[in-house]
Amino acid sequence: MAAEGSPGAQDARGGAGPVLELEGVSKSFGAVQALYKVDFHVAAGEVMALVGDNGAGKSTLIKCIAGIHPISEGEIRFEGKPVSIGSPKDAADLGIEVVYQDLALADNLDVVQNMFLGREELGPLRRLDETAMEKKASDTLASLSVTTIRSVRQTVAGLSGGQRQSVAVAKAVMWNSKLVILDEPTAALGVAQTRQVLDLVRRLGENGLAVVLISHNLHDVFEVADTVTVLRLGQNVAEHRVADVTQTQVVESITAGKLSKVPGQADAEEVLSA
Amino acid sequence: MSTAAAAQTPPGSPPTAAPAGQGVGDYARRWWSDVRAGELGSLPIIIGLVIIAIVFQSQNDRFLTSGNFVNLIVQAAAITTIGMGVVFVLLLGEIDLSVGYVSGVAGVLCALLLLPDESALPAGFAILAALAAGVVIGTLHGLLITKVGIPSFVVTLAGLLGWNGVVLLLIGQRGTVVLQDDFVIGLSNNFLTDSTALIAALVAVGLYAGVLLISRRSRQAAGLPTDPPVLLALRVAGLAVILFGVVLFANQDRGIPYVLVLLAVLFLFWTFVLNRTRFGRHVYAVGGNAEAARRAGINVDRIKIQVFAICSLMAALGGIILASRLRSVDPGAGGGQILLYSIAAAVIGGTSLFGGRGNIKSAVLGALVIASIDNGLGLLGLSSGTKFVVTGLVLLAAVTVDSVSRKGRAQSGRA
Repeated sequence: MAAEGSPGAQDARGGAGPVLELEGVSKSFGAVQALYKVDFHVAAGEVMALVGDNGAGKSTLIKCIAGIHPISEGEIRFEGKPVSIGSPKDAADLGIEVVYQDLALADNLDVVQNMFLGREELGPLRRLDETAMEKKASDTLASLSVTTIRSVRQTVAGLSGGQRQSVAVAKAVMWNSKLVILDEPTAALGVAQTRQVLDLVRRLGENGLAVVLISHNLHDVFEVADTVTVLRLGQNVAEHRVADVTQTQVVESITAGKLSKVPGQADAEEVLSA
Repeated sequence: MSTAAAAQTPPGSPPTAAPAGQGVGDYARRWWSDVRAGELGSLPIIIGLVIIAIVFQSQNDRFLTSGNFVNLIVQAAAITTIGMGVVFVLLLGEIDLSVGYVSGVAGVLCALLLLPDESALPAGFAILAALAAGVVIGTLHGLLITKVGIPSFVVTLAGLLGWNGVVLLLIGQRGTVVLQDDFVIGLSNNFLTDSTALIAALVAVGLYAGVLLISRRSRQAAGLPTDPPVLLALRVAGLAVILFGVVLFANQDRGIPYVLVLLAVLFLFWTFVLNRTRFGRHVYAVGGNAEAARRAGINVDRIKIQVFAICSLMAALGGIILASRLRSVDPGAGGGQILLYSIAAAVIGGTSLFGGRGNIKSAVLGALVIASIDNGLGLLGLSSGTKFVVTGLVLLAAVTVDSVSRKGRAQSGRA
């Protein structure tokens, strides 16, 4: 089990405290224990990969952080202060942004409209301030060195997978967010597009954001992550600094990481591995 | 990106925002490539209107007279109004089958409240009461659809039957109720003086030019790419030609009916709401991807309820306009072709039944097509049967254009 505030990660970041800390977080859906006493943390400027097999609880964990599921027990601390995240809006107010696997972009809206969706800027007469929004969207894309998008006024429907992912990420970082969670950002992308998105993830960390990267692809993880947390059957079974381990060791953790003994877990294991 | 484009783009503007070209020629080329990619805009419907005009004029030379033109405006007014409300519902990918009889309820309510007996209300109050009834009905539909979770098709199908019943109950044994209020009747039957209409057109063109210039200046100030001045001038000139053409043509006959002014105000208002307000943006978002909208913190249920309220409100207004044109209401109010013509108007005009694509303009253009066919076939003395067959074929053609252009979009990766 990972001790909170792993010294390794902190040393690498000059002693910065974790932005997000989870301590003993559990989540059950009826009889199914999806998460059991998970400890998890990520610091500013750190790219933390979250890996695990299907059904390991990765999605449940980020949904708890994003305020979609309330946690059953445990504590979430954000920048050292205990918080309760009851809705996606609470998470956004704290500075937590999630880029979902299915992107959550509306195809019929253009890039600017998507990036400001739900948080449109208003000018006089409660009129949408298109000029300000277009400027800010262009600047954000430029700051992330996203240069492949021809016009921010084209609809998202016409963009490639990598471009869409870039828009989704730019949307997430535009709001002075402190923690960005990326759910499988490179799934279903070609080689060049994956390259583009991984560079973007790298840049987020370099810009001082805390990044949680969920991925099935260990090659991607080893390329961009500083640390990796392994979930197995709803428990945190290992935490490694990427520089210190090989892919084989991480795979071992994913498939055979040591579980703490808990009542009822045998049932869950059967359910989850079925 | 030509060197001319680079020269016109103010320094400091991010390269990602620069459009592919800045000259008028580039615009024309981009427009044409959009058309080929399936972004047809209003092109098919304008071609359709020209064909309709040629066909009917060749059959009966009264079709393109100013007198018939004024008739056409008044005939199209009610379905244009109702169609504008239907556009909102279609943008969500929902449907409202009750608009016909909701318009009937409002028309009958308005006429009854204006009956010259001891309970007669001033015209303004009667109209407001009828419109409020529309809002209440739409809110009720919206609540049933969102909070109970019944599909809009079923809720409004029940509404189609139920509100038809309410029309009959309201009218009772009276048979036909004659409208007896000059203000309400004047809406469709009185006309602007020639000079007032010309001044109104002048003001409208001036305002349009002003708005375009202000938005251009603010974009320049922010260092964003702007359209070339020639294009601005072309747009203003285009509007001027259309407005003055309509006014001068109508002035040869009775002039511009008040209802056209009302339609123009409604068109500007709802277009502003859809394109320039947070609410409108959220309507498009919910129609395009409801899950994305929900995750962006948009209250999807509230948007849906508001949209159904708007739809029934516009249906109610359409009912009053129709009553005004006919100068009376009867137990058939809101029946007949009103429902299907209103939905068809929005669809023919280019609003997609699949949600997320469309605008208020489509209701105006679509209603113009339908009213032209109705009017033209009427002039030829053809039966209702022929009218329905032709209107049905036009609707089919419009939906075919939509489907084919969707395929075009899919092939060019814009689906």
